[in-house]
Amino acid sequence: MKSTASSFRVVLNILSLLVSLFGLTFSLPLAFACFGPDPAFDAFFKAALITLSVGLVGLMTTRVSSRDLKPRDGFLLAALVWLVLATFAGLPIWFYLPELRFSQAFFEGISALTTTGATVLSGLDAMPRSILLWRSFLQWLGGMGIIILAVAILPLLGVGGMQLFKAEISGPSKDNKLTPRITETAQGLWGIYLLFSLLCFFAYWLAGMDWFDALVHMGSTVSIGGLSSHDASIGYFNSPLIEMVAIVFMVLSGVNFAIHFSAMRRMSGRPYRDCPEARYYLMTLVFGVFFVTFVLWLRGVYPSFFEALRVSAFNVVSIVTTTGYATQDYAQWPHFVPWLMMFLCAFATSSGSTGGGIKMIRLVIMVKLAYREFLRIIHPRVVQPVQLGSSAVASSVVFAVLAYMLAYGATVMVTTFLLLLSGMNDITAVSAALACVNNLGPGLNEVGPAGNYASLTSFQLWVLSFAMLLGRLELLTVLVILVPAFWRK
Amino acid sequence: MRILILGAGRVGSGLAEMLVQERNDITVVDTSAELLSELQERFDLRTVQGTATNLEVLQAAGIEDTDILIAVTTHDEVNLVACQLAHRCFNVPQRIARVRSAQWMQHPELLTPEGFAVDVAISPEGTVTDYLKKLIEIPEALQVLEFAHGRVGLLAVRADVGSPMVSHPIKDLRQHLPDIDSRVVAIFRKGKAILPDGDTFIEAGDEVFFLAAAEHIRRVTQELHQMDKPVRRVMIVGGGNVGRRLAQAISDDVLSKIIEGNAARCEKLAQDLNGKALVLHGDATDETLLEEENVASMDLFLALTNDDENNIMSALLAKRLGARRVLALINRKAYAELMEGGEIDIALTPSHTTLGELLRYVRRGDIAAVHTLRRGAAEVLEMVVHGDAKTSKVVGRRIENIELPKGTSIGAIVRGQAEASEVLMAHHDTVIARDDHLIVFVTNRKMIPKVEKLFQVSAGFF
Repeated sequence: MKSTASSFRVVLNILSLLVSLFGLTFSLPLAFACFGPDPAFDAFFKAALITLSVGLVGLMTTRVSSRDLKPRDGFLLAALVWLVLATFAGLPIWFYLPELRFSQAFFEGISALTTTGATVLSGLDAMPRSILLWRSFLQWLGGMGIIILAVAILPLLGVGGMQLFKAEISGPSKDNKLTPRITETAQGLWGIYLLFSLLCFFAYWLAGMDWFDALVHMGSTVSIGGLSSHDASIGYFNSPLIEMVAIVFMVLSGVNFAIHFSAMRRMSGRPYRDCPEARYYLMTLVFGVFFVTFVLWLRGVYPSFFEALRVSAFNVVSIVTTTGYATQDYAQWPHFVPWLMMFLCAFATSSGSTGGGIKMIRLVIMVKLAYREFLRIIHPRVVQPVQLGSSAVASSVVFAVLAYMLAYGATVMVTTFLLLLSGMNDITAVSAALACVNNLGPGLNEVGPAGNYASLTSFQLWVLSFAMLLGRLELLTVLVILVPAFWRK
Repeated sequence: MRILILGAGRVGSGLAEMLVQERNDITVVDTSAELLSELQERFDLRTVQGTATNLEVLQAAGIEDTDILIAVTTHDEVNLVACQLAHRCFNVPQRIARVRSAQWMQHPELLTPEGFAVDVAISPEGTVTDYLKKLIEIPEALQVLEFAHGRVGLLAVRADVGSPMVSHPIKDLRQHLPDIDSRVVAIFRKGKAILPDGDTFIEAGDEVFFLAAAEHIRRVTQELHQMDKPVRRVMIVGGGNVGRRLAQAISDDVLSKIIEGNAARCEKLAQDLNGKALVLHGDATDETLLEEENVASMDLFLALTNDDENNIMSALLAKRLGARRVLALINRKAYAELMEGGEIDIALTPSHTTLGELLRYVRRGDIAAVHTLRRGAAEVLEMVVHGDAKTSKVVGRRIENIELPKGTSIGAIVRGQAEASEVLMAHHDTVIARDDHLIVFVTNRKMIPKVEKLFQVSAGFF
């Protein structure tokens, strides 16, 4: 019992450290608020003070000799980091908008940190710039967090998908100690994340946004978050060029960053071609865009093919990569289209990217597993490993993926039923559950691209907040904490 | 010629047997005294027992005076190091090594004099795979050999009842196919060689060897054997090197199933093939498995394990269950001769396909390719003619004026360099020019030294 207690203390200590550091990041919106007359200055100041003091008090009361963490404490830490930081992240918004309930502020915070992009706020165009910047910054930070999560924590569960590329990124030192590799790998991946952020910012700026909009949208594009500084989202700009920039960076951010990393290190496009996941991801996007284009065009929603292609390319890429920007109220399109988009977004993005959902690699493994089982019915003696590229997937990974799929289905169902129980209508409930578990953002009907999550009850918001957390941390990392065995010595 | 052979396995002893008969000085090195004494009893050669990479052993085997080193032990590493030693320490002029792993073939730079110093790397598995692949491409053939970089093909076909040429003299082939020049070089009837002329009748059941330009092979074949359906489904038994490579090589056009008895190897195989073939775990002599996997619809059944008896039994069983044609890899010569032409359509002795490759370097004269036929009883050589009318007994003469040894015939002539070369079928009045490649068919191997002598450039005129 003693060692559990002391390792819990280490978790709390690291958490306090992260909270303190997070408190420091409030200086960004604060500094920003100083420049112009910004009504949210006080709210940020108060939130920063609270966050910093909680962090420092925590640090002092939990002093430990070393911060060595056991792997399974990592799961607890990951879940707590997202929960606690979301609480503090929601504070300035709660302080600034007195009519907001705490559940709504928390929802906004966790939606941003999990790069979901669901929002309870409206009237964004009139919102203080510091608040808009804060939301975008939270998403950008969340994107960074996902990368470290994918490198450090998920491989321990055998579900991250990342371990499949372990050999790719860490070279021959495959079985070395975890720490040096994690740091080095994470640094490499962050380097790419920063590079994409810079490129994205300048691309938006050159495409015609002002520097503030470029900054805000950069943060929510590379993190695949989808929060905007305008109620009309990217549709506000009505610029094909900006839409093109957004498409490029959404697509890039939906690819495994480890693949970007090795492509850049080798200075060649080979890793993209060799990676089955990236290939299927792109195929899904292209299929989705053209299919939707034809439906919109042939059904006469848009009389011109190119107009249909333009809106389809942007909205499909945005939804399928789980970003959640919109240029049109796609909920008004023939019902088939928004549902197809919701369906594709559940699995399209790659593991190790900032996108959400099941991840393409798990789907590929499942499809191959199913094919193997069919083959076995026809040829009982067949030997057919589940294979990705040229290497077989270890059966432990296949089982982990199976467990994940079950957990995913159960999570979506339970969330949906809880929402239905609370009196939500069925389309809203199903789409909200999917949008939150997949970290997409907008759903359909009440929570569709034209509406938002403001009308939801506190209970519904808590349920969805938890769904976002589950989805972001790849389900099993959070669910494992709820298993009694986790707490037993 | 003084030849040092390392390894007295199947290839090593088969090679020793052949080369001894051609009056070479042979020394064989192996670690097994048993194998060596067996060899020594049968043939006139010297044996040294010991490790092939040991300098003292090599010296005892007379490596200093050796003209050719042939390293054919079971281990690639030993063969490679032996070649390196022979080059560095003893300056052996020609070094031949057998390598099994494909990586050495893919990186020839490792085999240069600075590397392992291998002049010629031969890969028995690769050779057998190529051989099988050609059989799949031309299903009517018993054997397919290529000369002049694939420009000329030599095919062995069993003439079957009802084909256009059966019960016709060979000269009728010209009337049947007026626009195609081809030549029947030999006929084996009930195991005996016949050197045919235009009036020889082809009988059903004859094994007919003919030469034709690559693009004409199919049409000539049809004259002797009814057109078979192209091979679309094959079943391969044995997932070793040969089985795996073959499945990989034919995966574009052919659906293949591989049966392998070792579960761990199955996994590896399935991973390597990655869906190119269906890998089945089981015993190929188990008739329920064969039936379950529908052996009756197979165009070709190949038994390619290391075990002769197993190959024979599974091939027989497959034939009984309805496979169209069956092939078995049979290492023992006696078994192979016993089986071929009976229930088993093709009995392939892998060491003999390898021998041809090695013989090319052992023979005197400029030889571009050698193939052995009928388990070494006959041989086809692609010889390059040098010299001029004065120094050579061949250049500038009509074929009818060349004094060919008995049982030998010139089948075709390839004239010109690589791409621009033309293929001429040999006729009695064809005149040989210098640098021609002659395809010479030798039905009796004892005549080889005479053939070599015939093509030698004499220095007597200087």
